[in-house]
Amino acid sequence: MTTNHHLATRIGIAFTGLTLVGVLAGCSSDPAETSSPATGDETTAAETGGTYTLWDPYPNRDDESTWAMAINACADELGITIDRNSGNTGDTVKDLTTAASNLPDIAMVDNPKVSTLADAGLLTTAAENGLDVSNIQANILSAGEIDGDVYGVPVGANTLGLYYNPEVLADAGVDIASVTDYDSLTAALETVVAAGHKGITFSAVGTEEGTFQFLPWFWGANADLTQLDAPESVAALQLWTDWVADGLAPQSVLTNTQGTSWDEFLTGEYAFAENGSWFQGQADEAGYDVIQIPGINGGSAPAPTGGEFMSIPVQDDTARYATSAKIVECLADGSAGATSLGYVAPNAEGAAAQAAENTAGATEFWVKAVADAKPRTADNLGTDYPIISEQLYTAIQVALSGGASPEDALKDAQAEADSRIN
Amino acid sequence: MKTSMTRTQRAAVGQGVKEGAAQAAPSGTRQSARRATIRKQATAWAFLTPIVIYLVLFYAYPLYTNLDLSFRDYTLRSFISGEAEWAGFENYRQVLTDNTFGTALWNTFVFTGASLLFQYAIGLALAVFFYRKFPLSSTLRALFLVPWLLPLLVSASTWAWMLNSESGIVNAALSWIGLDPIYWLTSPDWSLTAVLITNIWIGIPFNLVLLYAGLQAIPTELYEASSIDGAGRWRTFWSITFPLLRPVSAITVLLGLVYTLKVFDIIWVMTRGGPGDSSATLAIWSYRLGFGGGSPQLSPAAAVANILILIAFAFGLFYVRAQRKALNQ
Repeated sequence: MTTNHHLATRIGIAFTGLTLVGVLAGCSSDPAETSSPATGDETTAAETGGTYTLWDPYPNRDDESTWAMAINACADELGITIDRNSGNTGDTVKDLTTAASNLPDIAMVDNPKVSTLADAGLLTTAAENGLDVSNIQANILSAGEIDGDVYGVPVGANTLGLYYNPEVLADAGVDIASVTDYDSLTAALETVVAAGHKGITFSAVGTEEGTFQFLPWFWGANADLTQLDAPESVAALQLWTDWVADGLAPQSVLTNTQGTSWDEFLTGEYAFAENGSWFQGQADEAGYDVIQIPGINGGSAPAPTGGEFMSIPVQDDTARYATSAKIVECLADGSAGATSLGYVAPNAEGAAAQAAENTAGATEFWVKAVADAKPRTADNLGTDYPIISEQLYTAIQVALSGGASPEDALKDAQAEADSRIN
Repeated sequence: MKTSMTRTQRAAVGQGVKEGAAQAAPSGTRQSARRATIRKQATAWAFLTPIVIYLVLFYAYPLYTNLDLSFRDYTLRSFISGEAEWAGFENYRQVLTDNTFGTALWNTFVFTGASLLFQYAIGLALAVFFYRKFPLSSTLRALFLVPWLLPLLVSASTWAWMLNSESGIVNAALSWIGLDPIYWLTSPDWSLTAVLITNIWIGIPFNLVLLYAGLQAIPTELYEASSIDGAGRWRTFWSITFPLLRPVSAITVLLGLVYTLKVFDIIWVMTRGGPGDSSATLAIWSYRLGFGGGSPQLSPAAAVANILILIAFAFGLFYVRAQRKALNQ
C-alpha cells in the first residue's frame, strides 16, 4: 500500500510536474489511501528535499556532461533532486508560454528574452523569490533588470572577440598590432586578400545572431539602438556592406550562423573571424589567436554579453521559491557552473579563479572582455530590444545583399521599429 | 466510436426481430418499415459520427481558433491571463497596409505559378516518355521518385549547399564553363529563383506519378485508331492524350496549387524568406510574424494565414465549378 503510494506520487511528479507538497496534501486528505505515519514521513521529506525542475537550452549536454555534474553537485548540497529538461533555445519563449499553467521551477533563458517573458508575467522578481544577487557583476546582471526589478541571474557570460589566423597574417605581411580601428582593420583585410587569402568571416544571418554579431561594430561606432538611422549607425553598417561588396568578406555571411562562420574560419583560408569565447578551445587547437574588436577610432568596442539567465517562473506554491533561489545561487556561485558551459563566471571571485586557471572560454582575455561587454537590453530597452533587433538584422540583410544602401535600409528599419514600439 | 458500435449492434438485432415479427404478423409491416427507415438513418449517422468528430476536432476547431486569433490582439500575456482584447479588422488592416504584403503576395503568385507550370510541363513530358515501355524504364521511373521520398529538410539543405555562393557545386560548375558566380541565396535578385528551382525539382515526381496513372486510363484503341488514320506523334498528343488527360491534369494542378501556396520548409531552410523580403511568401511571412522575431505578433500572423486560406479556398471553389461543368457536358 505504502509502496503504491510512493510510486503514484513519483509518477505524479514526473508526469505533471505538480508541486510535491500539493500532491501530498491531496493524498493526506484522503485517510483511506494511506496510514498517517507514512504521510508524516513524506511531509518531512518535502520540507528538507523534494524534486525541482530545471529547463535548460543545452540538449547537446547529456547526463554525463560537466554541466549535469554541476547541477547534481548543487542538488546534493541542498539535499534535493533536480529534474533537468533540455530544449531548443529558439523554442524557449514558445515552450514557456504554452506551459503557462505548469512552469518549471527554474527556466534558463537567453538573456535578451528575459524582458519579454517578464513582461508576460511569467517570471518572479528577486524581491519575490528572495534571490541574492549581490555578488553578480553589474554589467552582466543588468540584462535581466527591468525598471529596477531583477528577473534572475546569469549562469555565466560569453562575448565576442576578433579571432585571427597568425599564419595567414604572417604570409600576407600584416602585423596584428597594426589593427587598432576600423580603417586599419579594413587595410589589413585588403592586404590579406591581395596576397591571395580570404579576409574576414562573421555571421550576418537574419536572426538574433546577426544582430548579436553586428553590435560590437555598431556600438564601436558610437551608435545607439534607439536611433538606427543616425550617421553613426550608417557608418557601422557601411563598414560591413563595403567588406562584402569589395570581397573582403564572403557572400555566405548572409546565411552563416556563428557555427558555420566558424567552420569557414577553420578552413585556414581566412585571416579574421568574429566569433565567441565558446570557440576558444578550438582556436587553441588550431593555433588561432584573439583580440578585442576595435572601435571606429581605436580602443576596444563594447561587445554584447551572451549567455543564459536562470529565472524563477511563477508558481502556485510560493513556498518553492526559497529552494529554487538556493539552486540558482548555488549554480551562479563560484565558477563550477560557468566553467562547465564554457562561460565566464558571473561573479568576480569565480571569474578571477577561472582566469588564474586559464579555463577555456574564460581566460584572462575573455574575463576582461566580458567585464567590458554590454548587455543587449541595456539602456532600459527591455521589451523594445527584440523589436529593434529584428529591424536591425533585416536592415543588415538588405544592405549586405545589395537590396538598398545602408542609409535607406536603416531608415526603413527605424521607421518600422517606431511603428511597432508605439 | 463506442456509441456507433452499440447503435450498429442494436440495428442488427432490430433487423432480426423485424424479420421474425413480419413472419408472425403481416399487418404490422408498414409500421416496422418506418421503424426500419429510422434505424437505417441512425445507422448511417452512426457511421458518420467518427468522421464528423474528426473534422470538427482537427479542421473546424483549429480554423475557428485561427479566425478568433486574427480578430483579437493576442500577446504573450494573453497566454497567462487567457484574455485578449477584441480588435476587429485591425490586424487585417495592419497586414494589408504593410510594405511586406505586396512583396509577399507577388512572391507567392510567382512562386506558385512558375512552380505549377514547370512541374506540370516536365512531369507530363516524363509521363509521356515513360508511357512507352523500354528496358529499365520502370527502374528509371522509380529513380525519378526519389526527390519525393526525401524529407523536405534534407532536400532543402542539400540544395542550399549546392547553391552556396562561396563553395557551392553549382557556382563551381559555372566557373568551369567560364561564367561568373551567381549569388543564389544571398542576392535579392536570385533568391526567389533559387527556392523556385528547388521546389520544381521536388514537385516533378508528384506530377509524374499522377499523370502517368492518368495515361494508363486512356483506352489504347484510340491510339491504334489514330495511328491507322496516320496521325503523327505531335498530333496524337494534342488531339488524344492532352484532352483525355484533362480531369487528371485538373486535379494534379489543383493539388499542386494548394500544396505550393503553403510551401514553407524549403524556403525557410534555404533563405528564411531573405535577403530582406526577396523570397518571402505569405506562408513565410505569417511564420515570421508569429515565431520568427523576438516579439511574437500572433494575431497579425493568424490574419496572414487566413488570407492564404481564403486564396486556396477560392481556387478550390473554382475547381469544383469546373468539375461540375465538365460532368454536365
